[in-house]
Amino acid sequence: MGTHATTTQPDRIETSMLPIRDEEFGYREARHLLWRAGFGGTDEQIRTLAGWGPKKAVDFILDYDDIPFENDSPTAFDHNIMRSRTREENMALRRAQQAGDENTLSKFREMRQSAQRDDRRQMREIRHWWLTRMIQTPRPLEEKMALFWHGHFATSYRTIEDSYHMYQQNRMLRGLALGNFRDLLLAIIRDPAMLRYLNNNQNRKDAPNENLAREIMELFSLGEGNYSERDIREGARALTGFTYRDDAFFYNDRQHDEGSKRVLGVYGNIDGDGFVNAIIRSPHCAPFICAKLYRFFVREIPTDTKALEGAERTVVRSLSQTMEQARFEIKPVLRKLLLSRHFYDPSVMGNKIKSPVELVVGAVRSLNTPVRNLTTVARAIDTMGQSLFLPPSVKGWDGGRAWINTSTLFTRQNTLVYLLTGELAQNNTRFVDRTPYDPRLLVSCMNDPRIEGDPPDELIANQVMDFVLGRRPYGAADQLLSAAYKVDKPASSSGIRTMLLLTTSMPEYQLC
Amino acid sequence: MNLHNDPTNAKAYTRRAFIQNSALLASAALTVPAFIQSSALAMPKPEQGLSSIPGVDEDRILVIIQLSGGNDGLNTVVPYRDDAYYRLRPSIGIKPDGLHILSRNGSNGAVDLGLNTAMTGIRELYDEGQCAIVQGVGYPNPNRSHFASMDIWHTGELSGTGDGWIGRYVDAQCCGYGKGESGTPDGSLEKQVEPPIAIGNEAPLMLTGRNMMPVSFESAELFAWAGKKYSEDIVEEHRKLTDMINERIDHEKDSNNAFLLRTAMDARVSSDTIRRAVSEKPLVNYPSSNLAGQLSMIGAMIRAGLKTRVYYASHGSFDTHANQPGNHARLLGQFASAVQAFQNDLRAQSNDTRVLTIAFSEFGRRVGQNASNGTDHGTAAPMFMFGPNVRGGFHSQHPSLTSLDAGDLKYTCDFRSVYAEILDSWLSTSSKDVLEGQFKHLRVLNT
Repeated sequence: MGTHATTTQPDRIETSMLPIRDEEFGYREARHLLWRAGFGGTDEQIRTLAGWGPKKAVDFILDYDDIPFENDSPTAFDHNIMRSRTREENMALRRAQQAGDENTLSKFREMRQSAQRDDRRQMREIRHWWLTRMIQTPRPLEEKMALFWHGHFATSYRTIEDSYHMYQQNRMLRGLALGNFRDLLLAIIRDPAMLRYLNNNQNRKDAPNENLAREIMELFSLGEGNYSERDIREGARALTGFTYRDDAFFYNDRQHDEGSKRVLGVYGNIDGDGFVNAIIRSPHCAPFICAKLYRFFVREIPTDTKALEGAERTVVRSLSQTMEQARFEIKPVLRKLLLSRHFYDPSVMGNKIKSPVELVVGAVRSLNTPVRNLTTVARAIDTMGQSLFLPPSVKGWDGGRAWINTSTLFTRQNTLVYLLTGELAQNNTRFVDRTPYDPRLLVSCMNDPRIEGDPPDELIANQVMDFVLGRRPYGAADQLLSAAYKVDKPASSSGIRTMLLLTTSMPEYQLC
Repeated sequence: MNLHNDPTNAKAYTRRAFIQNSALLASAALTVPAFIQSSALAMPKPEQGLSSIPGVDEDRILVIIQLSGGNDGLNTVVPYRDDAYYRLRPSIGIKPDGLHILSRNGSNGAVDLGLNTAMTGIRELYDEGQCAIVQGVGYPNPNRSHFASMDIWHTGELSGTGDGWIGRYVDAQCCGYGKGESGTPDGSLEKQVEPPIAIGNEAPLMLTGRNMMPVSFESAELFAWAGKKYSEDIVEEHRKLTDMINERIDHEKDSNNAFLLRTAMDARVSSDTIRRAVSEKPLVNYPSSNLAGQLSMIGAMIRAGLKTRVYYASHGSFDTHANQPGNHARLLGQFASAVQAFQNDLRAQSNDTRVLTIAFSEFGRRVGQNASNGTDHGTAAPMFMFGPNVRGGFHSQHPSLTSLDAGDLKYTCDFRSVYAEILDSWLSTSSKDVLEGQFKHLRVLNT
């Protein structure tokens, strides 16, 4: 070996962003597509997409507007719980304060506390509603993208304490999920939940608050190092007066700084929209968003786009070119990615750690289990570290390996035990769920009219692993079958359920 | 359909790789905590003595308690003779008659300080010389974000980035490489090292290294596979499947799958040991708080003779922005009574001299109270250290309440000095391999 010759592993990963050929798109590839662009699929769904070929399959997933599904109605939840005090109430409160009227004051306090209790209850209902929607939707990419943007424009209920504003933001992100990124930025600087979360309601001409301006560039669009401190200061001035009243955006022109500003090289009397336009013009915007999408759909790469090397660099560059050509439309970028040969490289497939929501929603959807008790399931997701509407910070969830430790691994396995059997790890039989579950239809050989009698054991075990894991770990089939025989025979409802229990307990099940 | 590789080939490959590549065997061994190998899982009787063997460093244990949310140091250890304290805290300042006034001892004799009245248990430890209070602990350019400041404390780095300081220590122990080197182990596996154990469902950054991940668990009942509730009969197959992990790890290398397999192996080998340990009734009564539950489990694991050297518990939330006095006293009371019960337990086990317990928070709070009868995020605060091996009393200086930095205390002790002393004197490693730079010891420990 030469003195400074380090034997670096050659980068063998496929970097071509050209579409995968029809003949390369089989069961594994269709399964991969369904997991990454949604929450997995049943064996039947996988076979259907595999039969369609890549182009039709990707179009079907992307063009979800063509698939009818009920809309998220603005009146589904109460917008009035955390309403601000009326003018009469404010006057009464002030009088009570001046007079030291403890009775009235404590009545106001109780009103407030009771509203907060109701609002926390509604927040739980909204969480359950979203989980249910993810489980039921025929347009999985729509919810997957809403989840992506929730982690991207991370806003926490803990700070804003208004469940309806969280719901409004969720609807907004869903509506624009696969639209134009510029529209998303324009909407986010008008979103009451975000304006409150990052204090832009306190961003006034005479006392600018830089929080939103900073995070928009650092976390939402450009990335650290791609703007200056001055851009933050001037961007904050551009956003002055962008606030909300009740449930709607309100432009307070008296608080807006009309002076001229220079933001990211753009000069003039810039307001919030002008700030967004300056961001969109920056050469750092498309790479930043494309890298973020790549991290969500493909694999973990560094957050600093300048640090990208090799295949990642090539691929992210290609995606950002597409994004710029498409004037920040998101759909063409995803179409390119989901069709690309790179996306189906063996090192990409089956090497992403499922987020808690992906794990649970994906299990119910692909294994057709009962949902059982939604509160129990939602709590399990919390314990795994992904509380919807309560991301840990404006940075969202770290994701990847950060999801996994010995404690969450058991929680993940045991949540699957609960979905498959209704049994809980906790020694509390009160919550055990007895909803019946018959998994025989999941395994295609069990329904194959060409097979007389029970299918061969090995075929059943292999099909279970192909479908559930996307791989056949060495030696596992023997254990699955041995366990199935202890309960019944493999070709029975409880036999297959037993095999599912063991398969989902394998570490490989945490991958998609 | 081109689904998978021929399973017979996969088998051949696995076996071949397993035999040929000894380096891969090393990486598998790394993931197997020693207690799977030792047959010494039987509970040692306390009187038989796992008691401290002087000079045998491997025997020493560090227990870390995180007071999450930013503990208000000034209402924990109260400078009751300082007028500025009452002036800046007109309604939440604690009057002297509501305090445990502390006697003079420790390296810094002049004590005009009292403990929050809720902390009777710690006061008693203090009087026994088993409680050291390090005053004014902080760091330059304090960060007032919970997350950012916690990351700084966890990494021992002012940037708050990188691995945890305990994680780096454990990495250095197992693989002989320290801070600043690249991510590949140098291959030497000098010692079998146990991963740290954290109570809870998170893996604290502090305990997370490049090679070693902590074992986290919340409770005994949740730390096992629940499939046995469906059928006891299939537990055997589940066990076999998990034991086959070692064969699957070796050709996966650095993939996410390899990471998952390693974590699953950690979970598998620690589950039985930990659950067996914590199922034993403790030798003393613990109070009923959550922290006491955590410490009683740690006490049980120490008693069971686990080779683990670092344990981690957390308590909170101390983020007392509003209506502080009652809430804060309740939290401090739980803290003090849990720590006292824990020390009693260790003494009853004759393990007390082997164990050092420390408590920290990500920051203290502002000197002046806010308009909601609470306090906002601040800077320096006291750290607590417990056990027969501390020099009881006060260390470092109490920060001035009049010479402030924009309303905040100026730290008088860099938290890394405390880390450095623990690493050098208690864990017998070299702190400069783990921390950036060298930090002067305060000599809190009697070693």
